[in-house]
Amino acid sequence: MTAAPEHTAYPVGGMPPTRTPADTPPPADVARVRDLAVTVGHKPLLIDVDLTVRRGERVGLIGESGSGKSLTALAIMGLLPEDLAPTGSVVVTGQGPGGIARTTSVLEAGEHGLAAMRGRDVAMVFQEPMTALNPTMRVGAQVAEVMTIHRTVADRGAAARRAVELLDKVGLPDAAEAARAYPHQLSGGQRQRVVVAMALANDPALLICDEPTTALDVTVQALVLDLIVRGVEARDAGLLFITHDLAVVASVCERVLVMYGGRVVEAGPVLDVFTRPRHRYTRGLIGASDLDLSRPEGGLYTIQGSVPAAGRFPAGCVFRNRCTHATVECEAVPPWVGSGPEEGFACAHPVVHHEGGGS
Amino acid sequence: MNRLSRGAEAVMPPPGRRSRAGVEATLLVGGGIVAAITVLALVSLVWTPYDVGEINATERLATSSARHWLGTDKFGRDVVSLLMVGSRTTLLVGLVSVGVAAVIGVPLGILAAMVPKWWGEVLMRANDLLLAFPALLLAIMLTAVHGQGVVTAMIAIGISSIPSFARVVRSGAIGVMKTEYVVAARAAGRRPIAIALRHVLPNVGSLVIVQASVSFAIAVLAEAALSYLGLGAPPGTPSWGRMLQEGQELLFVAPRLEVFPGVAIALAVLGFNLLGDGLRDHFDPRLEDRR
Amino acid sequence: MLLRIAERTAVLLVSLGVSSALVFGFMVLLPGDPARVALGVNATEADVSRLRLEFGLERPLVEQYLSWVGGLVHLDPGISYVSRAQIGPQIADRLQVSLILVAASMTIAVALALPFGTLMAVHHRKASGLVLSALSQVGVAVPAFLAGILLITVFAVQLRWLPASGWTPPAYDPGMFLQQLLLPALSLGLVQGAVLTRYVRSAVLDVLREDFLRTARAKGLTPMRALVRHGLRNAAVPVVTVLGLQLATLLVGAVVIERVFVIPGLGSLLLDAVGNRDLIVVQDVVMVLVVAVLIVNFVVDLLYLAIDPRLRTVAR
Repeated sequence: MTAAPEHTAYPVGGMPPTRTPADTPPPADVARVRDLAVTVGHKPLLIDVDLTVRRGERVGLIGESGSGKSLTALAIMGLLPEDLAPTGSVVVTGQGPGGIARTTSVLEAGEHGLAAMRGRDVAMVFQEPMTALNPTMRVGAQVAEVMTIHRTVADRGAAARRAVELLDKVGLPDAAEAARAYPHQLSGGQRQRVVVAMALANDPALLICDEPTTALDVTVQALVLDLIVRGVEARDAGLLFITHDLAVVASVCERVLVMYGGRVVEAGPVLDVFTRPRHRYTRGLIGASDLDLSRPEGGLYTIQGSVPAAGRFPAGCVFRNRCTHATVECEAVPPWVGSGPEEGFACAHPVVHHEGGGS
Repeated sequence: MNRLSRGAEAVMPPPGRRSRAGVEATLLVGGGIVAAITVLALVSLVWTPYDVGEINATERLATSSARHWLGTDKFGRDVVSLLMVGSRTTLLVGLVSVGVAAVIGVPLGILAAMVPKWWGEVLMRANDLLLAFPALLLAIMLTAVHGQGVVTAMIAIGISSIPSFARVVRSGAIGVMKTEYVVAARAAGRRPIAIALRHVLPNVGSLVIVQASVSFAIAVLAEAALSYLGLGAPPGTPSWGRMLQEGQELLFVAPRLEVFPGVAIALAVLGFNLLGDGLRDHFDPRLEDRR
Repeated sequence: MLLRIAERTAVLLVSLGVSSALVFGFMVLLPGDPARVALGVNATEADVSRLRLEFGLERPLVEQYLSWVGGLVHLDPGISYVSRAQIGPQIADRLQVSLILVAASMTIAVALALPFGTLMAVHHRKASGLVLSALSQVGVAVPAFLAGILLITVFAVQLRWLPASGWTPPAYDPGMFLQQLLLPALSLGLVQGAVLTRYVRSAVLDVLREDFLRTARAKGLTPMRALVRHGLRNAAVPVVTVLGLQLATLLVGAVVIERVFVIPGLGSLLLDAVGNRDLIVVQDVVMVLVVAVLIVNFVVDLLYLAIDPRLRTVAR
């Protein structure tokens, strides 16, 4: 950073936002998902998913693979495969052209409306950086493209210059040179930085990250995470962060939703959920990770069995066939207990916490 | 991608996935056509409706009738009988040329898989060079020197089919060479010849059968083209390609004389191609995993 | 990149050398003396040895080969054993005709396959795949010369819309040239187009499943624009492969099609030479066709480099 003094005013990974949030007070919710259900044929993949992300808020979405996390993200992006039928409502609010708030009803919008929203109001970083970039196009051009598509810069030349700037900000050494590279000439970590630069290029109101560091070396993971957090903070954007790595959620997010079997089974502030989980699944998930500090007896928790195939979850409580506490009661869908969709759980036999933790 | 891997494309299966039921239908249709042609050819050895050598001036260019189902040609010969006898030429050329190609190509492919990698690459490059000589071109060259004839055609078509056999067998054999039992056999000091015969050859058998079917289709096409050009079966030897050639001057008078042998050629090629596709999928273990 | 081009060029040169030796070897080592073949069975020994002397057939084989290749390099393929005419100008004339035919056929095939294959991939349904499979099976099973005969039957014999045969140079009568070109070009082009469509569809389908296409849509491109801007170039590699193979097929297919439509191209020259037992002409024309196939391969290799930057680096 010291090499480019004019940039020192901004934090690492952050970049000068083109609009300051103070100019136009943004609407609180950047993404509001209500009663989202997705089915393929008659198999339910997502059921009754409620989720809200506000400006400047960092929300984690956790669960084992196959729990419906990525599907939820794709539904918000309007990128669900064509054979999937979503119902419910997904509303994304961002800043359209000229800074005027633009609201998109994702499930109802046409392809052109969605295209205008994607990459502008909401951007996404995918899990696999090795395949996320077009192998036949220089990375600088790929970053520049997202700006020319939405006309957030004056012309192609400006887009190319800003692309180099962005690549520099995400920490690519010799950004001008890197912009001319093809993806295969970059490492996995570098490619993911390019993807992050691309996602942040238009200062989106919401950034969705789907396991952005899972495919990366451990040493690179922290750097890319830092980049994402700072990039989102600098723009006062909302972040929806999908992962199965609870430690990452603990360090990145303020709120968390736990998904299993296509349902949100528990939600709340990260600290509460991780230290005082109520749902038996959350409890198992935390117990199985090395995050659990409240394990007096020292035994390792595991969740018995494995995640069923999509659509093969039991009726009633989706977790009951793997839950040691399941009873006849669990054959009915347990009601949501809590103050609202942002804090609560759906479990008939929740973990009871006494002072000092443990169950 | 370099020339080498592109050589593989020359024999790569056509794109498109089939379901289990689709494979069986393909096998059934392909096998059915091939079987029907074989039966016709065999029957023609002992019986045809009319003698194809018999020239009947009173019945020239007859249209379809109870006497001649598909009519007669310009010499008054029965078209059904000609088609039946012609299928013998088609099958003979196919069998011999595929045999020639397999007898040379299969050992070549196994050899290329078993010699050190560098030598294998050189062998395959030389092999690929043969791909620049399509069957027709080779046959024309051979005919120019050797004179026209069914044997010339068979040899030329056979030689031009060698590269695809060698390539397919080599890629299969390389896989076999990496299996534990071959590694064990080599460690035990078994002679390469024994390994080739006992382990490699049986394991590439299915590949060879599939390739034989595909090459057969190519041979049928090449024979038809050669005979049509007057470079294959000599006058007097009934052949579908020759029938096409003889019929062309009468195109304005009796176009059906072109249609029947044309349909026969297309059906034969279709049959062998479908059989090859069906067999390939049938032998493909990955098929089980496909939805 | 330069290293890659040099490597490809080296492969081309070696292939040219080896295949010229192969062609020469085929013609020389096969039983049959070109002089005797040229003069026919009734020739006297004296006639044969005079001709052998005249055309240098008494020289050592290596010398004969070198002088032949040397001639080819200088675009002088020698003198016909039969007509004593210079072969070079004949090949040049005929090659022009054949190249026009092949280019027209390829244009038809590509003009059919690219839009149809892409559309069928984008609106992919089982039915379109089935129809295409069936069409391309028919495309493979119906050789071009058969398609030609059928097209003549329909459009020249039954409908009388187009001439059944012949060739007019474009400069002489452009209208007639196009009329006569249409049927032969269609015979070659339709068949190849049906096959190519299937490969284009499959290549585009593969590319539609790629992650980077989802990235392109996540950027704000509509599915069609994402496909055009990011997908097609990536789908081009397998398509170019098949195109290269098809071009070679077309070059040879043209030999037969020229006979069907009585077109004075390279194929007619070759077949006439076979009929006249003019071995040196056969040898030259075959070599020209092989060179054409090898050059097509070379160009395809260069196209790979142009399309896919990953192939430009030598090290893996």
